[in-house]
Amino acid sequence: MIQLLRYTSQLLLYGAFIVTIGYASTAPTHTHIGDNKAVIKLTLKHAGQRLEACRQLSEEEQARLAPNMRVKEVCPRERSPVKLELLIDGELMYSATLTPGGLSRDGNSNTYQRFVVPAGKHALLARLNDDVHVKGFNYEKEQDITLSPLQIFVIDFRTDSDGFIFN
Amino acid sequence: MLNWLRLSGRYLFEHLEAVFNVSFGDRYNPFYYLGSLAFFFFWIVAVSGLYLYAFFETSMLGAYSSIEYLTVDQWYLGGVFRSLHRYASDAMVITMGLHMLRELVMDRYRGVRWFSWFTGIPLIWLVYASGIGGYWLVWDQMAQYIAVMTSEWLDWLPIINEPMARNFINQASLSDRFFSLLAFLHIGIPLMLLLVMWIHIQRLSNPRTNPPRVLMVGSILAMLVLSLIKPAVSQAPANLDLSVSTIDIDWFYLFVYPLMEKTSAGTLWILASAISLFLALLPWMPPLLRKPAVVVNLDNCNGCERCYEDCPYSAITMEPRSDGLDFEKQAMVQDSMCISCGLCVGACPTATPFRRKTDLIPGIELPDHPLKALREAIIEQTATLEGDQRVLLMGCDYGVNLDKVALPGVVAIKLPCVAALPPSFLDFVISRKHADGVLLTGCHAGDCHERFGIEWLEQRLAGKRDPMLRKRVPRERIVTFWAGEEGGRKLLAEVSRFQQDLAVLGPYTPPQSDVRRRASGTEESA
Ligand code: HEM
Ligand code: SF4
Ligand code: SF4
Repeated sequence: MIQLLRYTSQLLLYGAFIVTIGYASTAPTHTHIGDNKAVIKLTLKHAGQRLEACRQLSEEEQARLAPNMRVKEVCPRERSPVKLELLIDGELMYSATLTPGGLSRDGNSNTYQRFVVPAGKHALLARLNDDVHVKGFNYEKEQDITLSPLQIFVIDFRTDSDGFIFN
Repeated sequence: MLNWLRLSGRYLFEHLEAVFNVSFGDRYNPFYYLGSLAFFFFWIVAVSGLYLYAFFETSMLGAYSSIEYLTVDQWYLGGVFRSLHRYASDAMVITMGLHMLRELVMDRYRGVRWFSWFTGIPLIWLVYASGIGGYWLVWDQMAQYIAVMTSEWLDWLPIINEPMARNFINQASLSDRFFSLLAFLHIGIPLMLLLVMWIHIQRLSNPRTNPPRVLMVGSILAMLVLSLIKPAVSQAPANLDLSVSTIDIDWFYLFVYPLMEKTSAGTLWILASAISLFLALLPWMPPLLRKPAVVVNLDNCNGCERCYEDCPYSAITMEPRSDGLDFEKQAMVQDSMCISCGLCVGACPTATPFRRKTDLIPGIELPDHPLKALREAIIEQTATLEGDQRVLLMGCDYGVNLDKVALPGVVAIKLPCVAALPPSFLDFVISRKHADGVLLTGCHAGDCHERFGIEWLEQRLAGKRDPMLRKRVPRERIVTFWAGEEGGRKLLAEVSRFQQDLAVLGPYTPPQSDVRRRASGTEESA
């Protein structure tokens, strides 16, 4: 009798164990974003303009260099930081000055941002400056979009396709 | 504060475990084998994982469909393996978490035990990295959620300049190569986990990496039943052009991501690092635990290796003899590994209270528990007892608090561990009639605080382990009672039952052979 009670209680305890696992491995559900929402991702991998243009070396400067490293022209590699802004429906959602990567600041400026917005109509304005010598923004794109629920809208930037890409 | 938390935690565990003790018995209580169970679940995960891996396709389109194939078309085998793989991983989180908490509240993490504790911290990270990586491979909506959250989390670190999250911007940004990398990591990280699990138990002798067979059978059956009634399934396939909305997540592994959404990637990093650092430093936070290690007395050590074999923490090594005595070896203690449990003292054949000519200095001894003092305490305390039901109660700090036991005809003496008592002392108490019986008590049977105290002691009493209790000691006069800290009331009942038995037995009479030997003046030895 006692043996039977023991086995039954063991069964119950094993039961509690698997019920805990069975339940918490899939429940309660988690809502990442509501299904009346949509996502706008703003991302960028872009190298700003060189801070200084390439420059011819004078004879004198050339003479100072070691013979095996003598060159006529030097190109300082440091790049301009990239200033990036995103306005959604006229509201400034993102504004940052992205420093170039790399030890000598000669790499890409990068960013990735995720915005959750209600599905539906939105006015987007993205603008960018990649040259500190230029005032204001040298790239800009404006577009009205309609986002379906859960749609992910990506704003990327590529100079080989004329700047901002919206899709 | 820390102490208070530990004590309340201990109280909770003791009460929960009491339920399991009734059901499983105190030798097979799963709470006493949590580390072993975590090991066991790891093996279930590993074996089922091998099967799954044989069918898994490491490509963007193949990943999901190959797992769907296993789940749906091959539900009876592939599906069961998939479910076992998932649920045993969850079970590993549960047993690991409880194991950690338990070691903490039972005070098995400080002092010399720091090593297992400290190496446990990377295990938590590796278990999580393995599990989350596994869910990622499925490439369903949960995996998509993991991909986005994990990359945003990693991107918070200022190490990599290019955001990892760019890889998951849309369907077009993803490559098959990425799945090969994931699959590679999902094998590499668990292998690393296994390596660290192995390191984790290096300082223990005979680590219990396997739970008792009944628990193995029970656990695997439980996992199988769960796999059959609730097979693990995928959610809708991932689609990086559409955001994940509401998903069923595995809270054992993925609770970190909702937490990150509620706070931020930085908060999660700070929280995870701060908790890990805090845990890692716990063994060195006050109150510090530092008892003096045992010392070897070479004059009395004959190199028999018993202490070496019985030490639960491999703190003793046998070295070539250095003092010119005619023995091959000598015991050497590594102080930094000795937890001062005294199991080795109980194992040393030279620790005998019968010596009269020489002083009582055994081959190995705890400086703050000299056997000579123990011998005197036994003689002194038992001298106050009268009648033929005199009981000497011996216990440790982890069982019933003996200071509170006040019964007529009973005296109590505390030891670091009852197995620190050389069996010859029992012989001494009975044959010299210092008491009519000895009751030894301590932790729960399956859960000795010093790992092997109860096991070794019982084997010594049963004549199965050196040094054995001499046959001339009537076994009915030596009783063991394993009840843990909260077993006070049961212990009192056991004592009075024992006293009744002793009354029936009457006073101890030595066997005839013994009487003759003494009469002829032979020197006693244990
Ligand atoms: C993958 C997860 C883990 C596994 C498989 C595991 C397994 C084990 C095993 C088999 C033992 C030996 C038990 C014995 O023979 O007495 C042990 C001991 C121990 N574990 Fe773990 N463990 C894990 C995680 C952890 C964690 C996260 C911690 C704490 C941070 C921890 C702390 C300890 C301590 C302190 C001991 C030593 C207990 C003693 O000295 O008596 N373990 N573990
Ligand atoms: S007291 Fe003895 S048995 Fe215990 S840890 Fe130290 S050396 Fe090992
Ligand atoms: S048990 Fe005693 S005699 Fe044997 S090796 Fe250890 S210290 Fe020496």
